[in-house]
Amino acid sequence: MFYREAGDFKLSYQSDSQTFPIRIDRAGYYLALIVAFAVVPFIINDYWANAILLPFLIYAIAAIGLNILTGYCGQVSLGTGGFMAVGAYACYKLMTSFPEVSMFIHVILAGGITAAVGVLFGLPSLRIKGFYLAVATLAAQFFLVWLFNRVPWFYNYSASGQINAPERDTFGILITGPNATAWATYLFCLIFLVGCAVVARNLTRGKLGRSWMAIRDMDIAAEIIGVNPLTAKLSAFAVSSFFVGISGALFFSVYLGAVEVGEAFGIQKSFLVLFMVIIGGLGSIFGSFAGAAFLVLLPVVLKLVGVDLMGWPTDIVAHFQLVIVGLLIIVFLVLEPHGIAQLWRVTKQKLRLWPFPH
Amino acid sequence: MPDQLIYAMEVTLNGLMAGVLYALVALGFVLIFKASGIFNYAQGVMALFAAMTLVGIMNGQVPFSHLINAIFGTHIHYFGWQVPALLAILLTVVVMVILAWMVQQFIMRHLVGQEPIILFMATIGLAYLLEGVADLMWGSEIKTLDVGLPQGINLWIDETTYGIFGYGFFIDNLDIVATIIAALLVAGLVAFAQFTKQGRAMRAVADDHQAALSVGISLNFIWVLVWSVAGFVALVAGIMWGTKSGVQFSLSLIALKALPVLMLGGFTSIPGAIVGGLIIGVGEKLFEFALGPALGGATENWFAYVLALIFLVFRPQGLFGEKIIERV
Repeated sequence: MFYREAGDFKLSYQSDSQTFPIRIDRAGYYLALIVAFAVVPFIINDYWANAILLPFLIYAIAAIGLNILTGYCGQVSLGTGGFMAVGAYACYKLMTSFPEVSMFIHVILAGGITAAVGVLFGLPSLRIKGFYLAVATLAAQFFLVWLFNRVPWFYNYSASGQINAPERDTFGILITGPNATAWATYLFCLIFLVGCAVVARNLTRGKLGRSWMAIRDMDIAAEIIGVNPLTAKLSAFAVSSFFVGISGALFFSVYLGAVEVGEAFGIQKSFLVLFMVIIGGLGSIFGSFAGAAFLVLLPVVLKLVGVDLMGWPTDIVAHFQLVIVGLLIIVFLVLEPHGIAQLWRVTKQKLRLWPFPH
Repeated sequence: MPDQLIYAMEVTLNGLMAGVLYALVALGFVLIFKASGIFNYAQGVMALFAAMTLVGIMNGQVPFSHLINAIFGTHIHYFGWQVPALLAILLTVVVMVILAWMVQQFIMRHLVGQEPIILFMATIGLAYLLEGVADLMWGSEIKTLDVGLPQGINLWIDETTYGIFGYGFFIDNLDIVATIIAALLVAGLVAFAQFTKQGRAMRAVADDHQAALSVGISLNFIWVLVWSVAGFVALVAGIMWGTKSGVQFSLSLIALKALPVLMLGGFTSIPGAIVGGLIIGVGEKLFEFALGPALGGATENWFAYVLALIFLVFRPQGLFGEKIIERV
């Protein structure tokens, strides 16, 4: 009744093919943007930025990236952590080599470098399929982490083997380093997230995205009807790695500030991002947001309830967190294998009739 | 004979022994994958869970003692008895069978017919769940496991090789025992699959689910059986690795080590798991021996994966895997 498409007339092709064809959806989208850009920066504080908002924004970028590869193109990747590490180290090398250049350019260049590495590791996907490919991407994960650990050039020969983000700014506003303000880092990440989401959304409903989905649904059939698997798969790897690289660069430079590669970009990170994509919903941009929000909020909420409310020791709460995350994943897969995005679709379908039964 | 060659021989032998242990973990994967098409990521955590349960039972630990203490404010930790190793192993087998039944009853049964990636994700969820439960049950500190397996340098090999080459090889007794047990286990599994009724049913299910159903084989039972056997294999692997390097979280990471083994050997082949394990074991030890110092060391972390990756580009189904035939 209130949420409906009836009466929402499209008078031009442009308005017919816009991203949010339903008026209420569009209003919600603009409202979310206004709140995110114009309200949150004024009320944000350090705790909210570091505990919830920054990780959410950054993981959402990574989840969109992985969703393009796994959800849209059907190539399962367990190398996300490794590709994030490429982004982080590329950003670090750029930041320290060209201190006067804006951070925007560094982060985008880091994404570009990661895209190149992603294409390199995506090459075997032309021969290897399914689980074999998933395991093959583990080669990228372990090799890249080892590389950044062992070759001193990547961490500028620092004694600890860590990389530390120096203070860098963009348009005169400090973005990285301990003195950066919460609202500046938040806005910086938000701009990247919105940019990535818009690009991803429009790529996936264009020609490229359709060729990805054709490959996902059945690669041989897609090949027969004229989709080139080489360009489709490699472009998916490139775009996906580009986003993942951006999120890795932001994760290191803006969020953590100091990184030890095995700890920050280990295999656990790959699984975490994959969980976000699966719980959120494969093949859905909204799902990437929902999955990232869910898995970022879950530990925070559990810690609030377990440690602060119940007064349990932290190690037991940490173990409980494992149990609950595991259980949630299983329950989600059993009840709704298509993730939160599908729940959202079903809800919208029901909303069309609500509050009338027919 | 030049020294380098003798060292390489020793490294090769040690690699073979390590390879057997990899193969042991890979075996658990192959069993479940063949019978149900599920790629069971939780196999490594199952090994950890089995080893922790074994240690807990042997030491007479109270399960969930930390949790109970935290909720009720009590201070219980041990029952105060010691269980002999053999009995404890039997009890652990019972626990693993119950676990298998629960996995089938509460998880896999509801996911029949889903896409493989969904099943795979479910087993990752299972891995998290099991790890959390194991930590809650038995505590997360590093434990030592001693079921009476011999350990330390094998003097006989040391002396014999010293007599031949003038240099004594260092081979751990535990590795030799592990090799023998692994060989027995594989022989036992093959015999089970070939000559028993349940084993035949298992192979039938692996071949064709619907045909197996139509001749009256209970899929549910077979899957519980397969998960139990995989649990048993996990227990054996857990005992070996646990004795070698202590029962701790890193034990579950051997699952990741078993993946390239699987890729090399093919996901559906038991001999493939063994041969793949040996190739990976020898390959990574020799590579580290030959090029490790030049590359900065710790190449074992990635060598197996890269080897498997390069190998797969030329033979996408692995050494012994069934040929992948694609139809539209």
